[in-house]
Amino acid sequence: MTWEYAPAPESRAIVDLRPSYGLFVDGTFVEPTDGSTFKTVNPATEEVLAEVSEAGPVDVDRAVTAARRAQQEVWGPMRPSERAKYLFRVARIIQERSRELAVLETLDNGKPIKEARDVDVPLAAAHFFYYAGWVDKLEYAGYGPDPRPIGVAGQVIPWNFPLLMAAWKLAPALATGNTCVLKPAETTPLSALVLAEILQQADLPPGVVNILTGAGRTGAAIVAHPGVDKVAFTGSTKVGKEIQQAVAGTAKRLTLELGGKAANIVFEDAPIDEAVEGIVNGIFFNQGQVCCAGSRLLVQESVAEPVLERLKRRLQTLRLGDPLDKNTDIGAINSSEQLQRIQELSAAGEAEGAERWSPPCVLPERGFWFPPTLFTGVSQAHRIAREEIFGPVLSVLTFRTPEEAVAKANNTTYGLSAGVWTEKGSRILWMAGQLRAGVVWANTFNRFDPASPFGGYRESGFGREGGRHGLAAYLDV
Amino acid sequence: MGSEAVTTVSSHSGEPGRLAVERTPRRLASAIAGGSVTLAGPLADAAGSEAGLRRFLHGLPGVDQVGAEARAASLSTRSIKAGAKLWALELAVRMIDLTTLEGADTPGKVMSLCAKARRPDPTDAAVPSVAAVCVYPDLVPVAKRALAGSDVAVASVATAFPSGRASVAVKLADVGDAVAGGADEVDMVIDRGAFLSGRYGLVLDEVRAVKEACGQAHLKVILETGELVTYDNVRRASFVAMLGGADFIKTSTGKVSPAATLPVALVMLEAVRDFAELSGALVGVKVAGGIRGAKDAIRYLVVVNETVGEAWLDPSLFRIGASSLLNDLLMQRSKQLTGAYARPDDYGLS
Repeated sequence: MTWEYAPAPESRAIVDLRPSYGLFVDGTFVEPTDGSTFKTVNPATEEVLAEVSEAGPVDVDRAVTAARRAQQEVWGPMRPSERAKYLFRVARIIQERSRELAVLETLDNGKPIKEARDVDVPLAAAHFFYYAGWVDKLEYAGYGPDPRPIGVAGQVIPWNFPLLMAAWKLAPALATGNTCVLKPAETTPLSALVLAEILQQADLPPGVVNILTGAGRTGAAIVAHPGVDKVAFTGSTKVGKEIQQAVAGTAKRLTLELGGKAANIVFEDAPIDEAVEGIVNGIFFNQGQVCCAGSRLLVQESVAEPVLERLKRRLQTLRLGDPLDKNTDIGAINSSEQLQRIQELSAAGEAEGAERWSPPCVLPERGFWFPPTLFTGVSQAHRIAREEIFGPVLSVLTFRTPEEAVAKANNTTYGLSAGVWTEKGSRILWMAGQLRAGVVWANTFNRFDPASPFGGYRESGFGREGGRHGLAAYLDV
Repeated sequence: MGSEAVTTVSSHSGEPGRLAVERTPRRLASAIAGGSVTLAGPLADAAGSEAGLRRFLHGLPGVDQVGAEARAASLSTRSIKAGAKLWALELAVRMIDLTTLEGADTPGKVMSLCAKARRPDPTDAAVPSVAAVCVYPDLVPVAKRALAGSDVAVASVATAFPSGRASVAVKLADVGDAVAGGADEVDMVIDRGAFLSGRYGLVLDEVRAVKEACGQAHLKVILETGELVTYDNVRRASFVAMLGGADFIKTSTGKVSPAATLPVALVMLEAVRDFAELSGALVGVKVAGGIRGAKDAIRYLVVVNETVGEAWLDPSLFRIGASSLLNDLLMQRSKQLTGAYARPDDYGLS
């Protein structure tokens, strides 16, 4: 008899959404000077969640001015042990309000509540805890006896991990004595605004963090503002290139964390059942909307058949649906634009002759949804093997020798992450040396830790976030 | 690995109970008497010779410890509510092997356990009976009498349970005792010492011999995973047991810590699934030891559901060896039905 799990939705009552949100400038919520607003929707239902302000150039100027004053008068001169207390406090309040943040993230982003609850929010708190620990020990970080902050950081973050990316950006910047102007993505501004409330709750001095909501124009204004000393961006390679052009010829520091087309490489001596889990986690975590997603499966020909069989069987157990349901594995795609891009690239995969497969799967009628999909018979030349799809779509390729695996894995313009599955330790070490990727996971995938640096090669960007290395991006070194 | 030249095996030869070390490859003891499964392909090779068995076991994909534990942990976050929970609670009751395995066991204790097994909740006829009562061989006749006319099976541990440290002759006599007493199911222990020293053929032969001695009784093979320690060993031992004709593979005796764990159950269920794919035969899994709460039981059922699927969501293919678990299942069931928690004393001790 089939055992149907009853719906187990997380209550959304814990989230107290306001009908509209202002901009967080100089410690308070203010209306945008030109009064522009936009709406943010729940991608699983297309229901409008709240109205959010769109920051214009005047707002950006106010925020940068507030950040400059706070950096020079309060945050920069503050004793490190005092600064650390604020970061510890923020980390603790994130933990205290974790359920609220998780539900909010799921509402605004469409990701399954189990991921928001078990990954996004705990990791966000962990980043603040980790960097809080560095604040009074910076002279031991390997960047000289008295490393100095850069000044005001302009930070633009994406919609796939809204709160976590805010933590990745803010925690190291604040730990090193910088102040911030942060812009969350236009489709997912809400958790950053609740984070602003948390910063108020933590009594963070006004101006140390300013949060400006808006779309691309707001981000461009932050990047271009002459008062910004350092730009940090996570997002698409296309926008990353525009930002690099915008800051060229200025004294601004820049770190970019962009797209990827990671190879997840399965050797014949891999722990197959766990490798199948790793493949699933690599490409279907957060509906594949992850810059380091393992979107290319490279599987050794000698085990290709059993691996694919097991993978297909496993995909049939994935549960797609209401992101607030605690048993949901696959949630909604974040926006209709993103859904269109996934649909377009999948259609291109079929047109180019790759074979498309999805498990039987009923998509909800409202909202933005895409079934878990894999393509077999993919060649290195196909668009679905070269372009970042940023969705739950896996391209399966095969290889015969380790050299061929390396050649195929590196045959991309990106270089963010890679996965290696083998029980042979020496091969893991050899592969890690050969793969041109910032992160190489061995017998696991999509594992994150604040102590571990993360970042890319080539069109995946430059600079590292996380760990001791992540401090360098915010120090005048 | 696996070359015949380096394979040293020790096995019982000729006279039962006398161990001798053989230094040459040999054919393993003849296939299961009255066995329902005809092994073919890689399984036939594995079952055919000591070297073939070793090659097969060492050719199985490894289990990554971190990954297996992460998968089990992720499945344990499933949230089972409302009707799905009620269904699972009643299924778990039907899957229980209600167990007493103590030196202090008496006929009285066993009879009381049997009454509990037939009617776990005398005030509610809708509560199903458990699957079986599990006792030591000498108490099998008592249990058999007490359960006469019911669907509840009598299971008996045997083969020098729990250590298994006795000669084959003694082990087989133990099994014979249980079967003669009327046991419907026999829970044997494997020789973990032989397994850990790489004498897989010896383990296989013993399972086969016990299977033969069981006759019509179902055989559950206890791997004692707490002593095998690694998941690779658990996977290999599962296959040895299944090749030997096990109807069920079982995690633990309950006398060694750790007993059943979620990742161990996961690895064994994967083995059962793969064996079914290779042979077409469905082998059951029994988890035993330390499963006291309804929540734990439901977690195991989730792992069953999402690893091998609905065919195994049945007492004929999945069992839970436990005693105090039953009352927690009953309490949670009444909570689901009435909205109020019962008191432990509302239910009889088992």
